[in-house]
Amino acid sequence: MKILICLSNVPDTTTKIKFTGDNTQFDAAGVQWIINPWDELALTRALEIKETSGTTIEKVTVLTVGKADTEPTLRKALAIGADDAVRIDAEPKDAYQVAAQITGFVKEQPYDIILCGIESSDYNGSTVGGMLAEFLDSPSVSSVSGLFLENGQIRLNREIDGGQEVLETMIPFVAIVQKGIAKEPRIPSMRGIMMARSKPLTVKPAVAADELTGFTAFELPPPHAKCKMIDAENVGELVKVFRNELKII
Amino acid sequence: MSVLAFTENWDGKFKKISFELVSYAHQLAAQMNTNAVVVSIGNVPEEELKKLGHYGASKIVRVEDNRISGLINKAFTAIIAQVAEKEGADVVVFSHNFTGKALAPRVAVRLRAGMASGVNALPDSLDPFVVKKGVFTGKAIGHITIKSAKKVLTLFPNSVEAIEADENAVIETFTPQLSDAHFATKVLEVKKVTDKVLLTDAEVVVSGGRGMKGADKWAPLEELAGLLGAAIACTRPVSDEGWRPHGEHVGQTGKIVAPNVYLAFGISGAIQHLGGISASKHIIAVNTDKDAPIFEAAEYGIVGDVQQVLPKLIEAVREAKKQ
Ligand SMILES: Cc1cc2nc3c(=O)[nH]c(=O)nc-3n(C[C@H](O)[C@H](O)[C@H](O)COP(=O)(O)OP(=O)(O)OC[C@H]3O[C@@H](n4cnc5c(N)ncnc54)[C@H](O)[C@@H]3O)c2cc1C
Ligand SMILES: Cc1cc2nc3c(=O)[nH]c(=O)nc-3n(C[C@H](O)[C@H](O)[C@H](O)COP(=O)(O)OP(=O)(O)OC[C@H]3O[C@@H](n4cnc5c(N)ncnc54)[C@H](O)[C@@H]3O)c2cc1C
Repeated sequence: MKILICLSNVPDTTTKIKFTGDNTQFDAAGVQWIINPWDELALTRALEIKETSGTTIEKVTVLTVGKADTEPTLRKALAIGADDAVRIDAEPKDAYQVAAQITGFVKEQPYDIILCGIESSDYNGSTVGGMLAEFLDSPSVSSVSGLFLENGQIRLNREIDGGQEVLETMIPFVAIVQKGIAKEPRIPSMRGIMMARSKPLTVKPAVAADELTGFTAFELPPPHAKCKMIDAENVGELVKVFRNELKII
Repeated sequence: MSVLAFTENWDGKFKKISFELVSYAHQLAAQMNTNAVVVSIGNVPEEELKKLGHYGASKIVRVEDNRISGLINKAFTAIIAQVAEKEGADVVVFSHNFTGKALAPRVAVRLRAGMASGVNALPDSLDPFVVKKGVFTGKAIGHITIKSAKKVLTLFPNSVEAIEADENAVIETFTPQLSDAHFATKVLEVKKVTDKVLLTDAEVVVSGGRGMKGADKWAPLEELAGLLGAAIACTRPVSDEGWRPHGEHVGQTGKIVAPNVYLAFGISGAIQHLGGISASKHIIAVNTDKDAPIFEAAEYGIVGDVQQVLPKLIEAVREAKKQ
């Protein structure tokens, strides 16, 4: 079996978000780029499965849709342990276009298990994984917090409002993963970094794909009113706020 | 023309987010001079379905199929897309929760619709179709334009009010075209937690961070949550340390919540935590450090030790509730 992990290249989570061009463009100056946290966990889980399931998993591939500046992120994924990397040479513009690009590649080179994150921390779409599954006409399971391969059979845990479900699915399928899929993201070792240099990173040309949406402007949230301080000896004040203002008691 | 809303049900019942969604669909339909239609999948009693009419649905399309148990993405997608086609839906709206996130993108591809997810208001304009959504995990707001003729939106919970609007909804039954290929996934087991207030539903959330100081120190926080009918949440290190279950972890890499009131005890207010709570209407913080960043996000604050403040607060709430 082959596993594909779709990686979104996102600003480090502590980045101060700024815009340029009269608030129409994200200002990427000085931004540190990382693997989207969910995708890093997906990769970690894929490697764990590969290591514990004998020879069942032939390879773990990472893929991103992006220009050449996303390659350090792919190299990092190779250093963490992916076997090979693919970059589809297109500027990502909207989820429909990104999913269509990934579809073009998967139709040419099929994978049994495709992993996407539940949300990209930049545009917060929660969209690409589901769109990809529909383009491929594959089953999809979303909000996946556990993925297991036992005797060639796939088991998944899915979070639902107020509980959890256990599912099985046929392959190929798309799993859209979230917290719980792996405990801690793996970090590259020195040896991993050395080996990553000689692992294959293939660049594929973009396929024709439409963009159906676009961001036309951005705004920063209005500045926060100053916090009103209540004395620790006088918590009754807070209870008055609970009652009169917030009406929660 | 129509606006179609998919309302999920929980054991045959709807929740507040279902009514918010129908109300949103109704207001959007009014802007567009058309009607709001609802699709409901699974067994829901007629009186429950009728409630959707009270929030502005003019037609309710009910779909029952005995192969459906639990959420099967492919089957649900096919059903919603078939209803959308039958109803000539221009816009299909979902809640931005687990189920909505699972289905909306699939339906969007089926309809060749551009999608805006996690929107928190009605569109600013219809032509071009521009709507606002949070981006960069609460750090900014984006104006997204959908260029395609058909559109799919997911609505952030708690962002609009469910406004009553009496429409005499007609209920119609629809039989979808489904094959075995739509049922390639199977739900084997469901483990439900039913005795607790759900974090994602809660009006009030009581949350603790590392300042709680240990796994054995949560009894007062649980007590306060009980008094306020609140759900409990925590920061990532707290769940990583195993002080609290993982399901309570809130933030960029945990759950995103948007309650009316979020009470933060011993939480520093790291950017990744704030990303998960910034849609809360009111944030209240208790922290020993007057310079903790949480006070920049909070509306009310107390500088103090949680172990002293919590018992006093519990006492005062208890007294107030007696009156
Ligand atoms: C400089 C720059 C500018 C951009 N400007 C825009 C913009 O204006 N509008 C916009 O919508 N997007 C823009 N993007 C692209 C954005 O980063 C996403 O790739 C894409 O839009 C999907 O975002 P989403 O929030 O819908 O993803 P989600 O649907 O939230 O992502 C979920 C999962 O899908 C997969 N995924 C997402 N994106 C990619 C990808 N590119 N390659 C491989 N897998 C992926 C990952 O597994 C991810 O966890 C820009 C990217 C860059 C680098
Ligand atoms: C990629 C990434 C993703 C992350 N995602 C998340 C996420 O989703 N959610 C999340 O929460 N974190 C997340 N984090 C971690 C985040 O950066 C912070 O480390 C974390 O939120 C801090 O948790 P805390 O406030 O409980 O602890 P601390 O930062 O240690 O703060 C404890 C606070 O308690 C106060 N305090 C101490 N004693 C007392 C007392 N007796 N009474 C009152 N106050 C007291 C202190 O003054 C301090 O402000 C993420 C980090 C990274 C890098």
